[in-house]
Amino acid sequence: MKANTIADLQRGERAIIKSFMEIDVPLKLIEMGCIEGNYVEVLQRAPMQDPIYLNISGTYLAIRLEIASKVLVEKL
Amino acid sequence: MSNIKVALVGNPNTGKTSLFNRLTGLNQKVGNYPGITVDKKIGFTKLTSDKGAEIIDLPGTYSLNASSLDEDVAVKVLSDKNNENYPDVVVVVVDIENLKRNLFIFTQIKDLGIPTILAINMADQMTVRGIDIDIPKLESVLETKIALVSSKQNKGISHLKKLITSYKLLSVLPCFVEQDSVFSQYAKDDKKKHHLETVRRYQFLKSTLEETYTQDPQNAKDIRTLLDRILIHKVYGYLIFFTILFTVFQALFSWSAIPMDFIDSTFATLSEKTREYLPSGVFTNLLAEGIIPGIGGVVIFIPQIAFLFLFTSFLEESGYMSRVVFLMDRIMRRFGLSGKSIVPLISGTACAIPAIMAARNIENWKERLITILVTPFTTCSARLPVYAIIISLIIPTEATFLSFNVQGLLLMSLYLLGFSTAILAAAFLDKMLKISSKSYFVIEMPNYKLPLFKNVAYNVIEKTKAFVFEAGKIILAISILLWVLASYGPGDHLKNASEIVQKQHPTHQGDLLQTEIASYKLEHSYIGVMGKLIEPAIKPLGYDWKIGVAVITSFAAREVFVGTLATIYSVGNEQESTIKDRMRNEVYQDSKKPVYSFATGISILLFYAFAMQCMSTIAIVKRETNGWKWPMIQMFVMSGMAYVTAFIAYQTLS
Repeated sequence: MKANTIADLQRGERAIIKSFMEIDVPLKLIEMGCIEGNYVEVLQRAPMQDPIYLNISGTYLAIRLEIASKVLVEKL
Repeated sequence: MSNIKVALVGNPNTGKTSLFNRLTGLNQKVGNYPGITVDKKIGFTKLTSDKGAEIIDLPGTYSLNASSLDEDVAVKVLSDKNNENYPDVVVVVVDIENLKRNLFIFTQIKDLGIPTILAINMADQMTVRGIDIDIPKLESVLETKIALVSSKQNKGISHLKKLITSYKLLSVLPCFVEQDSVFSQYAKDDKKKHHLETVRRYQFLKSTLEETYTQDPQNAKDIRTLLDRILIHKVYGYLIFFTILFTVFQALFSWSAIPMDFIDSTFATLSEKTREYLPSGVFTNLLAEGIIPGIGGVVIFIPQIAFLFLFTSFLEESGYMSRVVFLMDRIMRRFGLSGKSIVPLISGTACAIPAIMAARNIENWKERLITILVTPFTTCSARLPVYAIIISLIIPTEATFLSFNVQGLLLMSLYLLGFSTAILAAAFLDKMLKISSKSYFVIEMPNYKLPLFKNVAYNVIEKTKAFVFEAGKIILAISILLWVLASYGPGDHLKNASEIVQKQHPTHQGDLLQTEIASYKLEHSYIGVMGKLIEPAIKPLGYDWKIGVAVITSFAAREVFVGTLATIYSVGNEQESTIKDRMRNEVYQDSKKPVYSFATGISILLFYAFAMQCMSTIAIVKRETNGWKWPMIQMFVMSGMAYVTAFIAYQTLS
């Protein structure tokens, strides 16, 4: 199966966070709960698909496509 | 007896500041931490009849990993026993709806060995959301005491105070221990370890909350989904945003006009009465011509500033601002900015200084630098008094265009001009600056909430007060200095003024003679001499030497412009009249045409739209960019632009 990232998720889709493509993922994102095993749901994508508005295990945040494409997930 | 020192810590959007306001009322003061400009808020509260607490509201942070300046403050205060603000007890404020993430920082603080209380805020939401918490169990796992509070409904505050009073009974043991991973022992840049530690803390919290926290999912629905659907809709979202901005600015101008006119005429009357009732002499003159008009020049913009702060704090508090950031990010990036630049650009309409500080939230250095450099183009409230008085001089009040007030429309276009200049300058800088830095854009989308009246009111009062006193000090000092410079002069010109004028105009009598003498005196005073000196440089812009003096003094701060003119025009002028009337009657000395014509007015408006007339902004840019390079470039470019556009405008229009 092809690996998905948050950037590949459509609006309304849910997934489980698996790992990060590089170590250099911002610590702030991790502190906000974006860690392995937590679920992520795409709530909305801004015009031009970027940024992406997420619900990560109860925390609501928005990130840019650039970072979203570094977070590997498994679709539910 | 000494007060207990309490530190309030917590994530942003947990209602920490509401709780702080609840505890301290208006009994608070805002200062700065030494060397940096993060706001330091300290308040006092009575715990028992003989015990009080000094409460410090630390900046909202997500962790103690010190990845931003604000977080750094919290770390410095909490990790150094010798810090003057080192607390006896920490109160960690968390939001009941997002316990897991909010508790993250709690576990870090527990590691520091300070007595810690957990205040679970927004407890009023418990039944609505179907939340149930096993408090005793959570207390024992987290090694702490818990206060369920609702700052909105003023509940649980007395219990919290009781816990603070008996802080010595609290455990200082950490609640989460791993052999080699006590937070404070890490090297700062050890990212991998940080990552691992974060994951472990979350695992700990997850298992803790599984045992103690339940939420009935049926009740978990909120208005977020509904509001988000409209407010960040790809069409309506933008429409709503621009409608809000438009309404705010139309309202701003028409609402504040009434109190402003009232203040203006009150101060004119006050000056007049002072002269009438006090014995004539130097002191009375200083009071009536220097100090009173000077203070009037500050007081007059309280209404507009208060309204602006009211709107911006309402937008922030309601959670709407984050949605705007989300909507605008992609567009702003095209101009080298971040969606987060919207916050500085909008709060820049109040004052560039807090706005430039707000740029700290921008993670990418290049985007942040560009934001800092272009923010002073946005129309800050100090420009308002200048705009307001000039607009009212060159556009009749009753003029309408498509049933909109033309004065309001012109003001609105000045705001648009400021904003679009900022954006274009940003795009230009984006092309010019060769800085590469990674963009880590992460923004929390908080729950929507109706702003608490108390929070908004405190915010407005506090910021308006700070602004008026800061600006007031400068303006008052400059007014007094100006009065002295305008009342005395080199040589004997001033002493012999009446004889000289009478000789020059033997036919003049009464009022006409008095006016002639007054203007002769002013012209030969120190300020007149200085003004004359720079007149050649500003004449092409349509300014006479009096405006020139005002341009120079308002380099300290733009709003000084109006105060300066008020002082200059009232020296020697004994008729009761408002600043506006005096300006309207002002004529060029040579041609006798009105000074404040349409052409001069537009030229002044453009000059103030672009010129970097604010010492405080220069100081803050220096501090935020760590050097003189950027503020100097900024100043010369902005003021150069101001001169050129004002020149072109005056030459084409006159």
